[in-house]
Amino acid sequence: MRFRGLVVGTVTAALALSMTACGKSDTGTGTNPPVETAAKFDAGTTMEKLQKAGSVKVGTKFDQPLFGLKGLDGKPAGFDVEIAKLIASKLGVSADKIEFVETPSKVREEVIEQGKVDFVVATYTINETRKQRITFAGPYYEAGQDLMVKKDDSAITGPDALKAANAKVCSVTGSTPAEKIKTYVDAANIVLFDVYSKCADALRTGQVQAVTTDNVILLGLVDASKGEFKLVGKAFTKEPYGIGIKKGDVKFCEFINKTLNDNAAAYEKAWKDTAGKVSPDTPKLPTTAACS
Amino acid sequence: MSTSVLYDAPGPKAKRRVLFFSVLAGIGVLAVLYLVYRQLDKQKQFDEAKWSPLFDPTNKDFELVWQRLGEALTATLVAAALAVVFSLVIGTVLAVTRVTAAPWYRWAVVGLIELLRGIPVVIMIFFVARVLPEYGVDLEPLWFLVIGLTLYNSVVIAEIVRAGINSLPRGQKEAAESLGLTRGQTLRLVLLPQAFRAMLPALISQLVVVLKDTSLGFIISYEETVRVAGQIVQVLGNPIQTYLVIAVIFILVNYALGRLAVYVERRLSRGKKTLKTDDGAAVLPANVLTGEGAGGVM
Amino acid sequence: MNVILDNFDLYRDGFLKTLLICAYAIVGSLVLGTVMAAFRVSPVPPLRWIGTSWVNVFRNCPLTVVLFFCAFGLPELGINGAYFWFGVAGLVLYTSAFVCEAVRSGINSVPAGQAEAARAVGLTFSQSLSSVILPQALRTVVPPLGSVIIAMIKNSAIVGAFGVGGELFAVSDTLTSARGEAALPVLTGVVIAYLLITIPGGLFLGWLERKVAIAR
Repeated sequence: MRFRGLVVGTVTAALALSMTACGKSDTGTGTNPPVETAAKFDAGTTMEKLQKAGSVKVGTKFDQPLFGLKGLDGKPAGFDVEIAKLIASKLGVSADKIEFVETPSKVREEVIEQGKVDFVVATYTINETRKQRITFAGPYYEAGQDLMVKKDDSAITGPDALKAANAKVCSVTGSTPAEKIKTYVDAANIVLFDVYSKCADALRTGQVQAVTTDNVILLGLVDASKGEFKLVGKAFTKEPYGIGIKKGDVKFCEFINKTLNDNAAAYEKAWKDTAGKVSPDTPKLPTTAACS
Repeated sequence: MSTSVLYDAPGPKAKRRVLFFSVLAGIGVLAVLYLVYRQLDKQKQFDEAKWSPLFDPTNKDFELVWQRLGEALTATLVAAALAVVFSLVIGTVLAVTRVTAAPWYRWAVVGLIELLRGIPVVIMIFFVARVLPEYGVDLEPLWFLVIGLTLYNSVVIAEIVRAGINSLPRGQKEAAESLGLTRGQTLRLVLLPQAFRAMLPALISQLVVVLKDTSLGFIISYEETVRVAGQIVQVLGNPIQTYLVIAVIFILVNYALGRLAVYVERRLSRGKKTLKTDDGAAVLPANVLTGEGAGGVM
Repeated sequence: MNVILDNFDLYRDGFLKTLLICAYAIVGSLVLGTVMAAFRVSPVPPLRWIGTSWVNVFRNCPLTVVLFFCAFGLPELGINGAYFWFGVAGLVLYTSAFVCEAVRSGINSVPAGQAEAARAVGLTFSQSLSSVILPQALRTVVPPLGSVIIAMIKNSAIVGAFGVGGELFAVSDTLTSARGEAALPVLTGVVIAYLLITIPGGLFLGWLERKVAIAR
């Protein structure tokens, strides 16, 4: 019978423990844009719902240097995080009321469809397949796919040189660059990991000869490598980053586009505080697409 | 059999031979260690910058790193504890069902157990995390991990408990029935408590397995130890060092649990009811364990 | 269910690759595990020490961490190779510890008289081990080894997260993420594929167990 008491005690303790595990949220770091409290939204729109709630759930990456990286303090930081904060501020939600949820490449459409987040800012390339499941606001940045190689590698000058050099290329599972590079190398020469830091390690130790993804992310990796790597420098695709929202939410899409277009100064500051520390050029907001 | 009967007490010639091989082996080990050291040094893995955030309290990142690791370890332990508790409950229920089942639905229970045993844990966790949300079941990654681990471990525990029940002397069951206890009462009051006592070492070993399997939470973004280590590595750029620390922590914790299992087994075999074979060693059914009581099944 | 039929070639290739990984890993871990068991019972103290440390490290470390060190630690040491082999190596290292313990318990189950008789006849340590003890131990060892092997087949799924593309887990990942297919049918297919390996494997090992079982 003592045994039963032990079981009950353990279960209670376990339930108590599980309570501590629930309800953990992550707020971002960096600057906090001024919160717009006076905005009025039409009834029934997502904006009104979020403003009423006073908090938003944003999906972002936790493992992309410069765009969405969870730091040692447990808070995500980066350009995507800053854009999210900008949008939230215009909804009347202050930066500390944003709950950031990790959305790796493969789950972005799912979390939007299931309503687990209100919008996704996660180096999210706009493409037609994705457009069938969700709606994109923006684009808010135009990247291009590029290659990163070792400093002294002169053989790989672009994607076409990869086959000739019989090079192994590394990228991240489920990402657009991983799919696109398949047109340039055989499947056997593509290595996929779950995060970019592993690709950087593989390049450093000679396991692969090139890493491919969007050029801004590569820039962050080059910077972190302290001179060991270099960017080939020839972007061979156009990767417009968009903000993912529920399919058909045209009003929310238009609101986000308006926010982006009206706040050029905040946009520049967001860049300069994050990716701008590594990239010399501050980008201009691309023409936002029509919402559908 | 004590393994020292494999060779005689060494005489002078044997002693010299043993010494020779010992020295050879020792040199071999040292040589390998040295080569490893040299290679790592070439790759600048002994840089202060890589080691100090983990070990040097005066480093600016030290506190944050260990705070993150502490949170992660808690997350790991929480997931493991929950999974073990639920698996125990469900596993026992499954075992009891299987033992008392009327033949017409026993095959269903057996089929379920065999099915769940044949699927990798990682697939189960992945499955649960991807499929349940499509049916509207929205939970945090912790619960998906716990559900996945529970599904897997409850069948293992069901088999352990069943083996335990079957290993008890028949006399127990017969005595209980002759006293007029119903089947349910027999199980509850007589068989299960003894089975649990006999199976305690194996159950503790299963806890070790569950702890190791929590590291699979990284595929569903649960912030357990291995995943957080990955995040720290992204910031600090010292994968080898960080994972070394993680490995050591896991090894120490699991080793301690393993010793606990051995200790429990020894205490139980002191005059209490456990299974004994002819040569006196306490043996638990071989299809459940893979070693001297503290192995578990991976 | 159309997903499975449409991508059948992916499933088939994944199935075969998983089988290949498991085949190499079974052979490797059996050999390495038996060697480590021999170390653990040998009269040479450093060898005993190596064997014990090996088991304590690899039994208590999660497979994910072991695979990490294989995929990223080995290249640091200058050993470069296909990630496939690193994955197999990690699986072998991890499983060998369990094989070692299974074999050792098998050795322990051989009656002491056998070893004493071997010594009395004048066989050396390695001779008595290889000609007398191990053959008998191997028969007792089949049940625990069987469960170790089934467990290893299931662990091969984890290898997919460490750069080894094309095996079953990676297939499920690709289909559900990059191609955006619904999870349930894709994963059901993967589950069936794994069961196609583990259930016949389990039945075969059960048959083997009964065949070599000794009435003790």
